[in-house]
Amino acid sequence: MSKLVIRELHKAFSKNQVLKGIDLDFSSNGIWTILGPNASGKTTLIKAILGMVIPDSGNISINGETITNNWKYKDKISYLPQIAHFPDNLTVNELLKMIQELRNRTGSLESLIKEFDLKPFLNTKIDTLSGGTKQKLNLSIALMYKNPIYLLDEPTVGLDPIAVINLKKILRKLKREGKLIIITTHIIPLVEELTDKIIFLLEGKIKFCGLKAQLQQNYSSKSLEESIAALLQD
Amino acid sequence: MDKIFRYSFYDLIRGRWSISYFLFYLIITIVLFSFSNDVSMVVISLLNIIIVLVPLVAIVFGIIYFYNSKEFTELLLAQPIKRSRIFVGQFLGIATSLSLAMLLGIGLPFIFYGIFISSEISNFIVILLTGTCLNFIFVALAFIIALKNNNKIKGFGFATLLWLFLAVIYDGIFLLLLILFNAYPLERLALGLTLLNPIDLSRILIILKLDVSALMGYTGAVFNSFFGNIGGIFLAALSLIIWITIPLFFIINISNKRDF
Ligand SMILES: Nc1ncnc2c1ncn2[C@@H]1O[C@H](COP(=O)(O)OP(=O)(O)O)[C@@H](O)[C@H]1O
Ligand SMILES: [Mg+2]
Repeated sequence: MSKLVIRELHKAFSKNQVLKGIDLDFSSNGIWTILGPNASGKTTLIKAILGMVIPDSGNISINGETITNNWKYKDKISYLPQIAHFPDNLTVNELLKMIQELRNRTGSLESLIKEFDLKPFLNTKIDTLSGGTKQKLNLSIALMYKNPIYLLDEPTVGLDPIAVINLKKILRKLKREGKLIIITTHIIPLVEELTDKIIFLLEGKIKFCGLKAQLQQNYSSKSLEESIAALLQD
Repeated sequence: MDKIFRYSFYDLIRGRWSISYFLFYLIITIVLFSFSNDVSMVVISLLNIIIVLVPLVAIVFGIIYFYNSKEFTELLLAQPIKRSRIFVGQFLGIATSLSLAMLLGIGLPFIFYGIFISSEISNFIVILLTGTCLNFIFVALAFIIALKNNNKIKGFGFATLLWLFLAVIYDGIFLLLLILFNAYPLERLALGLTLLNPIDLSRILIILKLDVSALMGYTGAVFNSFFGNIGGIFLAALSLIIWITIPLFFIINISNKRDF
């Protein structure tokens, strides 16, 4: 079990104040979904956890240890970037090998390659892959290790329905294994199906954080979609 | 660093760019040899091409590569590696692949035309080493500009302006200063200004090595009289190496503070 805590996190890009005091306790494992309109700072929040965005103030800690000026903790985190773009002239195999060399760990790729149908492309140069195949490669890189924490930024974008089904299967399995999985998405059915907890980001602040059922109860609405609409109008 | 270097080098060396760049030098060198079989003449002709073109290609290519690999760099930043290793590794990958394209493109025809049995061999090696230094310097400058500018168009603009300034405008200003202040002893100023421009430094280094008085010019003569021929060459070479290390230091420093 890993404890991820975010305290009073502020971040501005020049005059654009994106995060205005974020406090979060990822107190239980399972799937947490960050929801919010475009440009509400979901990606920025995830990147801050990875030390890619440097906060103006506030702190992020994992199991009591601050991440500031540290990089070793990233060994415990799997990350799926929102946009997949890899070196054009490497083959799929070479890229997978590179990531494993960088992390000094062998990943379990066999089942991922099967589930995402990557076998025919292993020796293909990356610049000739379709967008969907690139996203499957992106997912394979993110999911090849068993880590305590997963940060997945819009994991279903560009995937065909079969790949989405396989991805959901994998996410459920990770959840059963007690991992902390944080995803961002715009796809409400995915949230309904998988999520334990919802974080709603709006204008740089957390508008809601809690159980899915709680959100629906708060607004006494029938569906999650309606509750989110109500939340936005609030 | 070594792993990032290895893979980015491997990626680049198989790319269209590197291959075209190699072919470009190969063809230029062969054409020069077709005009003259005199190795020393070809070396002198190459001097100007290298000094102007290597910085331009290095800075433009460095900028394009940096912006194009933005998303992949972000993926690398999420791995358990120090930031500096990523950028130094990528920098070395680009500079090395560009240098290799240049070394092979120029080197192969020279080998064919018998450089190894020619007395020009040491001049030839100095030209190639200087070209290699210029590659490293201008890729490093490109990285600094790209790290400082999120906006591609701006970054690209700054990079080309910097090249234009160092390759063309600098000499004009230099000349103007010499004319305006010709009543004063300007040796030290000339020396200082040369040390501040890696393109001028490279030109001086090669000209001192070739020891062609017709090409020497004012600063060449100043270098010669201040440090002697050998001393001048050493000073210029040392300055070029400093010109690689200082920007590298900046790359590490800026990248540690930047958002991705
Ligand atoms: N590196 C950056 N530099 C400048 N502005 C940025 C950067 N990253 C994100 N932003 C800005 O921050 C805001 C939030 O972006 P982001 O976190 O990507 O939103 P989301 O993922 O919720 O759509 C946007 O206005 C975006 O333009
Ligand atoms: Mg986003």
